[in-house]
Amino acid sequence: MSAATTTLVPFEDVLATYDPALGLEVHVELNSATKMFCGCPTEFGADPNTQVCPTCLGLPGAMPAVNRKAVESAIRIGLALNCEIAEWCRFARKNYFYPDMPKNFQTSQYDEPIAFEGWMDVTVPTEDGEVETYRVEIERAHMEEDTGKSLHVGTSGRIHGADYSLVDYNRAGIPLIEIVTKPIVGAGARAPEVAKAYVAQLRDLIVALGVSDARMDQGSIRADVNLSLAPKGSGVLGTRTETKNVNSLRSVERAVRHEMQRHAAILGGGGSILQETRHWHEDTGVTTSGREKSDAEDYRYFPEPDLVPVAPSREWVEELRGTLPENPTQRRARLQAEWGYSDLEMRDTVGAGALTLVEETIAAGTSPAAARKWWLSELARRANDAGVELPALGVTPTQVAAVQALVEGGSINDKLARQVFDGLIAGEGTPEEVVEKRGLAIVSDEGALSEAVDDAIAANPDVAAKIRDGKVAAAGALIGAVMKQMRGQADAGRVRELILEKLGS
Amino acid sequence: MPEIPGANGPDGQVAITREEVAHLADLARIDLSDAELDHLAPQLAVIVESVASISGVAGDDVPATSHPLPVTNVFREDVVVPGLTAAQALAAAPASEQQRFSVPRILGDEQ
Ligand SMILES: [Zn+2]
Repeated sequence: MSAATTTLVPFEDVLATYDPALGLEVHVELNSATKMFCGCPTEFGADPNTQVCPTCLGLPGAMPAVNRKAVESAIRIGLALNCEIAEWCRFARKNYFYPDMPKNFQTSQYDEPIAFEGWMDVTVPTEDGEVETYRVEIERAHMEEDTGKSLHVGTSGRIHGADYSLVDYNRAGIPLIEIVTKPIVGAGARAPEVAKAYVAQLRDLIVALGVSDARMDQGSIRADVNLSLAPKGSGVLGTRTETKNVNSLRSVERAVRHEMQRHAAILGGGGSILQETRHWHEDTGVTTSGREKSDAEDYRYFPEPDLVPVAPSREWVEELRGTLPENPTQRRARLQAEWGYSDLEMRDTVGAGALTLVEETIAAGTSPAAARKWWLSELARRANDAGVELPALGVTPTQVAAVQALVEGGSINDKLARQVFDGLIAGEGTPEEVVEKRGLAIVSDEGALSEAVDDAIAANPDVAAKIRDGKVAAAGALIGAVMKQMRGQADAGRVRELILEKLGS
Repeated sequence: MPEIPGANGPDGQVAITREEVAHLADLARIDLSDAELDHLAPQLAVIVESVASISGVAGDDVPATSHPLPVTNVFREDVVVPGLTAAQALAAAPASEQQRFSVPRILGDEQ
């Protein structure tokens, strides 16, 4: 298929004519030690075909056996998404031919998912700092297995035109939970943001549950984005396209926006949408045609005869419910109330990925305001400059608390604290050691300070005259001069006092 | 679960059309000639008819089942079991390269 695209309709024009409907299918790769149906390990990045056995290679006579932990994780995900948990369900064979599935079928669940009929409230920030909440209905969460990885060898490097493919089955059989939403309608212009926020919150929930590495960049969370447009106010659902493997939060938003604009262009030109899968191109931000769905959808599902049904007792389900962590939304609300942050401050904290860091810094004795100040202004900027996530910057909550304690104890000021952070990032030891090694402690020697103030007054007679005339605001210039001479290592408040004393104001 | 194509129930009237066989052959990636389709359709009809006759024995009080034994919840603990080495895994492969299974150019699209 060519990457040539239809001319897109401006986003605002799409909304004037159409209502979008979203649907998201998110695959979560579980972090169990072994695969779904065999005891092979699941480590990421192992040498090709070193984590395989007769079962996950689909060799004749091999028998699958269900991983208990994977079922537990599936139930916990279902419960966290407010789903019903099936009293009885089966695995099914999804038959298709593709070399990354050595059995020629994928063991999945068909019309009997382990979890169904749930919901998640998704919050999207508005421009005025408030939040809007959308309830996303969850249709189902079911258990299945991942496929192998193909490397296409040939002139183009792409799947079409490949001369042959090389397959690594290490990933084949790793437990996957597929979470499918019902159509999300009514989001209008917020549809791209709602899609992104849903995946982000789902990822946070998965992290809180501890059931997956939840790394979109490594494919342990993968999103397929369904989108359709219907004439505005019609209340119907249009024909949808399914954009596969959108692997970053930003791309989820971009893919929805792009498909809305592309659908509108086709519909507006009198065309109709082909129900098909589409491929997302991260580099160009467009989708291209994959395959038509109608025919290929015929997977001839039938119950897996080699696996007995899963019938979780209600006692087991309740026991697992007892292991659920605090819901991320509730946690945020609780922390915001405890810390007294505004909605905007809270949103920035969450957005910077600093929530847990701030929480731990506060637990180490720092005030909520100071913890936020250091993490969001100083350290977030440095992480951004270094192109790393905040937790990878190399500064711990305990260190931030120690730096703040030094500030409050008067041994350094905010400006010197920034240099302490330089030292911490450079691995120069504890905050106290950095202060010592770099000689950053504030000079509290009154004699030296007094001398510096005298020098500043002598060097700036005009300013000094103004202050003598009562223009106290002019003291700033002299304070600056003194601080410069002291290389920042002075208490600016004390400097001001000394200046005013000496000039009799 | 989907119905068996052409299985019309206990009365034994079964028809498998040539188009159904062509569709199934397509799904199974089997290239059948027109003559083979004509030949296979009635044969498959007989097989399905024979299987369908079992439905006549089961009354309404016998639920459809996928497993003969009333066993549920057979689980394996999440403990690593040594599998095959890459050399063992690839020993039966018709061709391999870069420690991977080498397979023919993929004609269909990704699933
Ligand atoms: Zn295996």
